[in-house]
Amino acid sequence: MIRLEAVRKQFGGFTAVERADLSIRRGEFFAMLGPSGCGKTTTLKMIAGFEQPTSGRVLLENVDVSRVPPYQRNVNTVFQQYALFPHMTVAENIAFGPRSKRVRRSVYLPQVREMLEVVRLSEFADRKPRQLSGGQQQRVALARALVNFPSALLLDEPLAALDLKLREAMQFELKRIQREVGITFVFVTHDQGEALTMSDRIAVMSQGVVEQVGTPEEIYNEPASLFVAGFIGSANLLPGRIAENSSEGSIVDLLAGPRVLAHGPEQMLVGSQVSVMLRPERLSLLPAAEAHQLQISGRGLEGTVRELVFQGASARILLQLPDGTRVVTNVATDADLPFLRPGDSVAMTWKPGAAYLISGWPEHAGANTTDVDSVEAAL
Amino acid sequence: MAKAAAIAGSTDPPQSRERRPELIGVGSLLGTGILLTAIAARWVSGVVAIGALALVAGAIVTLVMVALTGSPDTKRKLAPYGLLKPGMLWLALFYLAPLVTLFRLSLSTLPSRFAVEAEFDFNFGNFTRAFTDFGPQFTRAFIYAGIATVLTILIGYPLAYVIAFRGGRYRTLLLGIVVIPFFTSFLIRAIAWRSLLADTGQVVQLVEAFKLSGLFETLGIMNNGRILNTPAAVIGGLTYNFLPFMVLPIYVSLEKVDPRLVDAAKDLYSTSISAFRKVVLPLSIPGVFAGTLLTFIPAAGDFVNALYLGSPGTTMIGNSIQDQFLVQNDLPLASAMSFVLMAMITVFVLIYSKFFGTEDLT
Repeated sequence: MIRLEAVRKQFGGFTAVERADLSIRRGEFFAMLGPSGCGKTTTLKMIAGFEQPTSGRVLLENVDVSRVPPYQRNVNTVFQQYALFPHMTVAENIAFGPRSKRVRRSVYLPQVREMLEVVRLSEFADRKPRQLSGGQQQRVALARALVNFPSALLLDEPLAALDLKLREAMQFELKRIQREVGITFVFVTHDQGEALTMSDRIAVMSQGVVEQVGTPEEIYNEPASLFVAGFIGSANLLPGRIAENSSEGSIVDLLAGPRVLAHGPEQMLVGSQVSVMLRPERLSLLPAAEAHQLQISGRGLEGTVRELVFQGASARILLQLPDGTRVVTNVATDADLPFLRPGDSVAMTWKPGAAYLISGWPEHAGANTTDVDSVEAAL
Repeated sequence: MAKAAAIAGSTDPPQSRERRPELIGVGSLLGTGILLTAIAARWVSGVVAIGALALVAGAIVTLVMVALTGSPDTKRKLAPYGLLKPGMLWLALFYLAPLVTLFRLSLSTLPSRFAVEAEFDFNFGNFTRAFTDFGPQFTRAFIYAGIATVLTILIGYPLAYVIAFRGGRYRTLLLGIVVIPFFTSFLIRAIAWRSLLADTGQVVQLVEAFKLSGLFETLGIMNNGRILNTPAAVIGGLTYNFLPFMVLPIYVSLEKVDPRLVDAAKDLYSTSISAFRKVVLPLSIPGVFAGTLLTFIPAAGDFVNALYLGSPGTTMIGNSIQDQFLVQNDLPLASAMSFVLMAMITVFVLIYSKFFGTEDLT
């Protein structure tokens, strides 16, 4: 439906998008996720037509539109600050697109009314945008784009301007509207939670490169790169080298000492540098006495408790491996935890398959997370 | 004050107590304003004037005393009136009083051709003469000012647009350049244009060098090889002098237009031109409106441009008023003419704002 082929965009000497190859399917809720400056908004603008790729092609419905101006493309955008026309009423804003296309009044008026119903703003039709709340303005922007029945709707950080409560409500609202109209949604966000909750598929971008495209589960459980592992959720990344490949997976000699069993997307050469990713919530804690037994099976680490942060339903525990690497775990508080105190020795284990292999060594061994506040709280 | 007291008396006692500071505030404000206007306009004189002045002083002192000794609530309520007072007194003294004096003068008669003091006798003849004797000057003033205003829009809007949307980091510099001529006096600029447009000046020489005289004659800019002393020179002078008054307000309103609105319009199937027409232009109308008022009103009353760049055939009403005031010394007639001009401009502004609306669009 939408295809980007080797798209590259340069602004002067600065390369905003290094190489983007994407294929977005019809009716999909597709997210482009990445930290600010990763090129996701530029990519969106190239799909919308506000920017032209330096090289590569943008295809909409199999037609190359790389040089087609925005007003001739059948995609519509919901802008970050909504960009509603302040001198027009809600209904006039929504009717703007059809009127520009010279649709007859008798045709577009019912469509405008219908869109107002879809976004539940029928009684606000004659208000000016400034008389509406942020969430309502957001829905006007949606209706204004959707009334044109675009082949895709592009949303640029659609929820960034809303407060937390409203943002959560709007996530469901967006999903509902997307189901109702059945139009492809492509949205750009830096909020991994938002992307995981709403999307059918996610493209994770970093420094102008698409790192991975996949479903939220794939991206969370099987990150293709160290960046993806660290950016989505929290991850413990333990560097090591492949010691041996077996049918169950690869045996890795961790720099921290023990050998562990992990699996990756493909067989990696013996001796190559890899990282073992362990998600904090997949780690469980056992008495230190069991550590030896667990290490033999390749699913155990030994460590010392450094900090314990009670968070209600769960507790966040910061552990230190014998070589000083710090590892973070999330433990449900109702589980029969060993009675832990800072300084106690414990054993860590995980279910078979929970340890995932990523090639390369991380910048910081151990806990990696985008959740900066909680790291600082834990450290 | 009597009316205010009646209002206070008609309400419940507790409420009237609550309202008292506000009544004192409004009363003293209006009272001092009227008294000061009356004194300055010389309605009252001698002992009465001294009494009136004492009343003004008394009202101010009372207000200050109440503000100082009253309860916090009273002080809070009196504060706005206290803050309004200096401005109100200034307006009474330097705006209302001269206006009243002028109006009185416009209804007076000079006892003889050489008399200095006019006598007030409800002489409406001055107004009749203003219309009958100076019709062409009024017409010219409005036509010249109107054309100059349209020209400032035609020149100023694109200028403001480019500075606002394409100026980038040079915006401030470009705006500065627009304002720089203002560092020179209005008069000197008009005189400078006089020598530029003179028969032997650079402009005429250029026109002749490029053999454009014929074209300029047809366009009405040149008359028998002259540019100076033609209506075109006067209108050109007005346009030049008032251009910044058009550019600045338009710039301010354009600068507030979010460029993303243009992107949104293009996204919704508008071409660049229709995006401008349907989004940018309507949002910049308040600037055009303000600029028109700032240009047209002073231009209609202007006399400097017609004096230095025009001829007896291009005199505007400003020139005639100045002539009556300072040369003919017919103060009553000059006052009447001023009032007619003021009334005409007011009517124009009312009609204009009816059509363009001043509804806040931001």
